[in-house]
Amino acid sequence: MARVVVNVALKPEILDPQGRAVQGALGRLGLSGVIDVRQGKQFIIDLEGELEGDRAELMDKLAGELLSNPVIEDFTLTVEN
Amino acid sequence: MSARIGVVTFPGSLDDADAARAIRIAGATPVALWHGDANLHDVDAVVLPGGFSYGDYLRCGAIAKFAPVMSLIIEKAQVGLPVLGICNGFQILCESHLLPGALTRNDHQHFICVDQKLQIESTQTLWTGDFLPGQEIVIPLKNGEGGYVASEATLDELFAENRVVATYVGTNPNGSYRNIAGISNKAGNVVGLMPHPEHAVEALTGPTTDGIPFFTSVLKSLVGAS
Repeated sequence: MARVVVNVALKPEILDPQGRAVQGALGRLGLSGVIDVRQGKQFIIDLEGELEGDRAELMDKLAGELLSNPVIEDFTLTVEN
Repeated sequence: MSARIGVVTFPGSLDDADAARAIRIAGATPVALWHGDANLHDVDAVVLPGGFSYGDYLRCGAIAKFAPVMSLIIEKAQVGLPVLGICNGFQILCESHLLPGALTRNDHQHFICVDQKLQIESTQTLWTGDFLPGQEIVIPLKNGEGGYVASEATLDELFAENRVVATYVGTNPNGSYRNIAGISNKAGNVVGLMPHPEHAVEALTGPTTDGIPFFTSVLKSLVGAS
């Protein structure tokens, strides 16, 4: 089995109102020194067999086309085979 | 026979009935299209209505772009089919890369629902020809993720090519870059709008009837083409 973990976050230049709200809440709850908060999302995809070859290429393509929007988001993809 | 304008219903669409009504009031025949349709039933133009297609899961419009009917619409839009995307429809058009940029969460985090003043910036598109350049209109705006974002280069290009269709007048309601409320593609057949012209077509139910010209404009282009 292969486990694919895709992390998606807004690009640094895109305003993240949710992250900003969380930052405010952290401060109100007593956490000092919060410089910045960015909120992202994580996809955990379990696959049969090993992820390699064409299937790995397709997984990478779909991370950029479906799981994230390249206009506003960056993604990282890690595979545990 | 009057022009046939398709209105796509996705699971979670809300404003398909109002869009169909606006089309009827403008003098055309609304044609119901279903997200799973494998053909466009000979429509002359398409409206992608507002709502929360597929529950806004993943990102607004991200799942809708893979709907069977959308692959047909994307293909035809690239060769001139007039398409108007309103609110969620605008988000779908951006996700489909028929329009540049993206819509993100309102900068103030709250859902907004107001009668919004707009300035019509471009009357060169198939959907705005019946307006006067610079005309101010008031139509409803209701969205949670309506902040238009794009790179500086894209924003410059949109203004330089007269592809900004409408801008917000007064306080920016959702953090949209450069007050952008709507844009078009290069050819002017595809328009995305965050505010809702289909809710402003009758004095009884809308703040104004300022939304009607969006729907009559496209009819003129269809008559002119045939």
